[in-house]
Amino acid sequence: MTFETETTRLPLDLRTEALESILLERQLVDPKVMDTYIRMYEQDIGPLNGAKVVAKAWTDPEYKARLLENGTAAVAELGYKGPQGEHIVVVENAPTQHNAVVCTLCSCYPWPLLGLPPTWYKDPAYRSRIVREPRALLAEMGLDLGDEVEIRIWDSSSEVRYFVLPERPAGTEAMSEEELAGLVTRDAMVGIAKVAAPA
Amino acid sequence: MDTIADMGGMQGMGSVQYAPPDDPPFHNDTERKIFAMALLSMRTSGTNLDSFRHAINRQHPLDYLADGYWGRWLNCAENLLTDSAIIAPGAVEARARKLRGEDVEEPPVPEPNKPDYKPTAGGSIRQVDDPPKFAVGDRVRAKDIHPLGHTRLARYTRGRTGVVRMVLPAQVLPDTHAHFIAENAQHVYNVAFDSHELWGPEAETFELHIDLYEDYLEPA
Repeated sequence: MTFETETTRLPLDLRTEALESILLERQLVDPKVMDTYIRMYEQDIGPLNGAKVVAKAWTDPEYKARLLENGTAAVAELGYKGPQGEHIVVVENAPTQHNAVVCTLCSCYPWPLLGLPPTWYKDPAYRSRIVREPRALLAEMGLDLGDEVEIRIWDSSSEVRYFVLPERPAGTEAMSEEELAGLVTRDAMVGIAKVAAPA
Repeated sequence: MDTIADMGGMQGMGSVQYAPPDDPPFHNDTERKIFAMALLSMRTSGTNLDSFRHAINRQHPLDYLADGYWGRWLNCAENLLTDSAIIAPGAVEARARKLRGEDVEEPPVPEPNKPDYKPTAGGSIRQVDDPPKFAVGDRVRAKDIHPLGHTRLARYTRGRTGVVRMVLPAQVLPDTHAHFIAENAQHVYNVAFDSHELWGPEAETFELHIDLYEDYLEPA
């Protein structure tokens, strides 16, 4: 497909409507299957899955050991598996070790644990810069890491999906697993933020 | 193919347009439908995930950047369906023009021409009998090669030396799988590169980990 100038490029919503009308009219796709995919990733699968994995790892040392040893099997214990989760490797953050994940080549992301990626993860600025100047970029995004913190960036170039186990914040010792899961954001599980202590 | 998609380390892209964690996966019906149709287009066109990615990567750089993520996915669906002659070239545009009231002729429905391709299993992971060529701790160099078609050998690693940190499950080789030549399943390695090896002495200090297929690597 060659580049078309703004004056000739048809709007995205119109082209989408056109493709859908062709595919449905010729029965090339099943609209019920379309709706199922949309619902799955809009309602059923999202970062709460990953948050539950994190909360369990924080409160159950044996689970954490299994998670770090075999991420795929450990998250499957909680029922999380499926497309874009064929093989999951969990990387652990620590006071002097910070991990962040990217897919420079497209937008690979651990769907079973985090759902679909946010727009910023899929856009050129993050993809191009996190593998070149992570400390500066993370600071721009609100995460200041001290010089003593080693940074590791994981470029997801195969079907392996990387997932960050963030540090448990201080002051959460009395919280239940469910309450802890409520603290964990997708940003922390991608590695662009830490989990904030409760207010 | 050395495409626009291979943008690790490219500069000038500006700041990250961040959205808060409650930003939803889809912002409107257009995005919802593109998501579902693009995924289903693999099945309809008789292709696979690697050809899906190549159908995105090979878009003209200006389209790639200007159309945005969902525009790329729609273009991808159109590419896959056109390549397999499920829809004619120009069919989507003609239908779009018709939908907005223009008097255009739609191209005839072509005779389908799906690739001669059948996966040996679901997903991309396979069992490989040959032992891995490399082991954890080995120094390896990413080959300075320029595959003509699809590849996952990021340009910023080519010719650079790193250390194997993990031996990962064997997977189909995207370079040949995307073009229905062969699955070519092989061991995959997570290789760590020192940032200065990649970006020079002035760069920040960090470790870059990337998955590299065995064919991409040579001993260092």
